[in-house]
Amino acid sequence: MSYLHNIGQYFLMIKEMFRKPTKWSVMRHLIFKDIDDLIINSLGIVAFIAFFVGGVVTIQTALNMTSPLIPKTLVGFATRQSVILEFAPTFISIIMAGKVGSFITSSIGTMRVTEQIDALEVMGINAINYLVFPKFVALMLYPFLISIAMFLGILGGLAASVIGGFVSLDDYIAGIQMDFIPFHMTYAFIKTFVFAFLLATIPSYYGYYMKGGALEVGKASTTSFVWTSVAIILLNYILTQMMLS
Amino acid sequence: MIEVNDIHKSFGDSKILKGISTTFEKGKTNLVIGQSGSGKTVFLKTLLGLFEPDQGSIIYDGTDYSDLTPDEKSDLRSKMGMVFQGSALFDSMTIAENVKFPLRMFTKQGKSEMNDRVDLVLKRVNLDDAHNKLPSEASGGMQKRVAIARAIVNQPRYLFCDEPNSGLDPRTATVIDNLIQEITHEYDITTIINTHDMNSVMEIGQKIIFLKDGIKEWEGSNKNIFKTDNEAVTDFVYSSDLFKRVQKMYLEEDM
Repeated sequence: MSYLHNIGQYFLMIKEMFRKPTKWSVMRHLIFKDIDDLIINSLGIVAFIAFFVGGVVTIQTALNMTSPLIPKTLVGFATRQSVILEFAPTFISIIMAGKVGSFITSSIGTMRVTEQIDALEVMGINAINYLVFPKFVALMLYPFLISIAMFLGILGGLAASVIGGFVSLDDYIAGIQMDFIPFHMTYAFIKTFVFAFLLATIPSYYGYYMKGGALEVGKASTTSFVWTSVAIILLNYILTQMMLS
Repeated sequence: MIEVNDIHKSFGDSKILKGISTTFEKGKTNLVIGQSGSGKTVFLKTLLGLFEPDQGSIIYDGTDYSDLTPDEKSDLRSKMGMVFQGSALFDSMTIAENVKFPLRMFTKQGKSEMNDRVDLVLKRVNLDDAHNKLPSEASGGMQKRVAIARAIVNQPRYLFCDEPNSGLDPRTATVIDNLIQEITHEYDITTIINTHDMNSVMEIGQKIIFLKDGIKEWEGSNKNIFKTDNEAVTDFVYSSDLFKRVQKMYLEEDM
């Protein structure tokens, strides 16, 4: 029953997010701040993870292709497909559910505990619009982050294959250009937008409606990570079924 | 002026407010006192519109809050100033930005006009050199003064304070009490203060209501609270040795 209550309250929060907008001069400032906090500050970790996981995907693929009948170009092809279709949009989003999601939940939750949200409401401000909408707008730039992850993942694969001597540079380049289907990029970016929406709203929900003190802020961050990840994985399955099958 | 008529509020099975009626007058410091758990904070938050009463009405200068549309409620709230128990300053903003915040949200004032108003209000609360400090760099007393400055910067009609001097030393607490009283008279606003600090009661309690278990047990002023024969009030007021001595002093005066 409480799950149904939470789902209903979550959708009501989303509706409230678009009602009674905050003054644009203030909102603009909040959006830039959230772009900095959520997107720019995530560049380093996303780049680092994407580059090395791309390398690992390449090494694993190369090591498992023992048959001389399989062309070496398949290593580049498999890396590209893994990175574009799953690793960059989904795996990075789960990492971001931990990084950005817990940041959002704990910052909004702390505002709840310290009565800062009450202060906004007393002033007659739509606190949900003030707090959640800028995060939603900022995370609409999330595909930019995922594009970088895609590029660096494939680049990491290239570096690993060349440095490790698994595949030649030419074979890898030929592999990543092989049988390219542009719709796969569309699919990946549609997923990314959906995940960006989840990353902005689910952690905000857990922060905004939390009750209690500092300990509960920590618990809310953990719960928000779990449910954001669950929602990402479920919607990943549903979108893949709908768009690729 | 705020008129409260028979308000009730429950959370689940727990009845917090059980039919409170009273009137808070303009230009006076109205105190709501009572022990912890007596319903003071719920009462104040209900007056602020943060909680909807289950029953009863709250009338702000002739306007019944329950008759207002959500947007009209928001407009009315923009005329309220609130000083929270923990100050509730926005910790990502400097002190000046905190005070400027209501002006940025609700007025069309230019930057210099807003800055002038912030300077004036910060000076009024004796904080003219703290503009660029973050709330975390300010002491408890300073944070309370910033909260008062933020509450009055947009010239509210109603000022609510939830235990404004809790956690402060007696001297700073007196400074805060006097500041609230001066501001109430200066701006001619309706001020309601939640407190269980007896010094505040003595210093600034022009009108006092005493809550016990969600019921208004007693109503009066600081002039007659020490002479009342209401058992619940005397239990509360004379729960410390200091005030037992004050009671003795009053009784001797009467004789």
